Amino acid sequence: MEIEILPQIIIPIIKILFIAHLLIIGVMAMIWSERRVSGWIQDRLGPNRVGPQGLLQPIADGIKFLFKEDIIPNHVDKPLYVLAPAMLLVPAMIAVAVVPFGDTITIADNVIPLQIADINIGILYILAITSLGVYGVVIGAWASNNKYSLLGGLRSSAQMISYELTLGLAIIGVLMLSESLSLRTIAKEQGANPWEWNFLIHLPAFLAFTTAMFAETNRLPFDLAEAEQELVAGYHTEYSSMKFAIFFMAEYMNMIVGSAVVVTLFLGGWHFFGLESIGGPFWSGVISFAIFFVKTGIFLFVFIWVRWTLPRFRYDQLMNFGWKFLLPVALTSIVVTGTLWIATNGSRLWIGIGNLVAAFIVVAIVAGIMAVDNNSKSAVQSAPDAPPLRGLDAIE
Amino acid sequence: MTAEHVLFFVFGAVSLIGAISVISFRHPIYSALSLIVTFFAQAGLFVLLGAHFVAAVQVIVYAGAIMVLFLFVIMLLNLGTLSAKSALKGKLKGLAVVLGVLLAIQGVYIAMTAGTNTALESAQASTEAVTTYKIGELLFSKYLLPFEVTSLILLAALIGVIVLVKRENQTEN
Repeated sequence: MEIEILPQIIIPIIKILFIAHLLIIGVMAMIWSERRVSGWIQDRLGPNRVGPQGLLQPIADGIKFLFKEDIIPNHVDKPLYVLAPAMLLVPAMIAVAVVPFGDTITIADNVIPLQIADINIGILYILAITSLGVYGVVIGAWASNNKYSLLGGLRSSAQMISYELTLGLAIIGVLMLSESLSLRTIAKEQGANPWEWNFLIHLPAFLAFTTAMFAETNRLPFDLAEAEQELVAGYHTEYSSMKFAIFFMAEYMNMIVGSAVVVTLFLGGWHFFGLESIGGPFWSGVISFAIFFVKTGIFLFVFIWVRWTLPRFRYDQLMNFGWKFLLPVALTSIVVTGTLWIATNGSRLWIGIGNLVAAFIVVAIVAGIMAVDNNSKSAVQSAPDAPPLRGLDAIE
Repeated sequence: MTAEHVLFFVFGAVSLIGAISVISFRHPIYSALSLIVTFFAQAGLFVLLGAHFVAAVQVIVYAGAIMVLFLFVIMLLNLGTLSAKSALKGKLKGLAVVLGVLLAIQGVYIAMTAGTNTALESAQASTEAVTTYKIGELLFSKYLLPFEVTSLILLAALIGVIVLVKRENQTEN
């Protein structure tokens, strides 16, 4: 096998360096915008002292973290305690390798696809790699040898097992229509105009996938793993200095990767009203990258917006929501999409309508069953022959 | 030595080291972690064979499965470190030796009959681009019966778990 130096070694290295640095800068931008946007939503200013508009605040934070004393408590399991932050950060960083962040760009007759690796199972790779991330949380929680940490880790693992199913099932409808697992093909199959994008055709699956992704990234309203009021800081209670900062960075990196995946799967990738195909082979590449960048940014804003809008779920609400609403909706979308694809010869319109109607029916049925269930439960509780509550009476 | 050969030996060594650590670590958490390393390295081997789909599925399935193993260790086996003596007692030791010898014979037999082609080369020749499409086609035609039987077994396990958990709840009330 002959290796050509330029296309096979130098260009991939440039792409990898570019994306890795973009991710880290993205994390800094996210930390700044999270704090500023939360300030805006809560009608206060947020950090605005370091640099113009407080833009250098993340760098100041980073320097602070670096110079803090790195404390490793005596009671921890040292090898795993040190390993855990890396186990969370590395999957977050390498998952981005298959995300297509633009169409092709032509520089000096080299046609370069704007993507690190276009493998034919792209979306499965993303699912596989991101499912490894939770090990960092659980290992860190267990190695900390702290009850609050462990509880946070257990919650996080239960959440992952429940919501990962939805995450995987919700995309199957999309895969069926684009007949490919490659993220580049999926993005390409969606047309230039917003009404041709997957989020309208698969609206219920899109909502289920997005919700599951919030849960997978441990973001509010699903951040039970680090619920401050109950668990101090959850799984990273015992971590300080740069190790804590790495947990923090990994969370934001997961959000960025998650947003990029949603944009690719459901929001048309780099398409926007055909804007991506104007200009020459060079400028169309730049414009398509810019479109993808802006879309991901808008979705990241939604992440922050949701965080400061919704309160945290209770644990039973979390489980009920995941298993009784999201999972049936995702499963229905598979059946409906498959059936209508055969029945209507692949008409996107009918599949979109069918998905929506079916999701409404499923949610109505589940809500009905739960309402009946609750009624019968409260009837039992209020019945006069119910056993009395045993509290202080029993002790006396 | 091509890049594939180097990677093959790297992944092979990692998966062997991982497999040995699974049984030699005293602590079950470390064993479970080594198991992930092993499966991950095996996924790498699958990628070298051109079976990307199998590699991804391997990681997805086993990452979730070992997570459950982890929880099992944390929740149920609150035992700190295992002492090697308590783990292998009496008859179990004899059985382990017999099974080990059998496995060694199997390994030698496979190595003898494999021929001159290295496993990597022969596999690469036969599995040019195993696409998801092809796997799907085979699963729903040639291997339809085993596929359906597997799904039934999984369904039975699912129902079994639900029944067991439900019964426990009712006795509590």
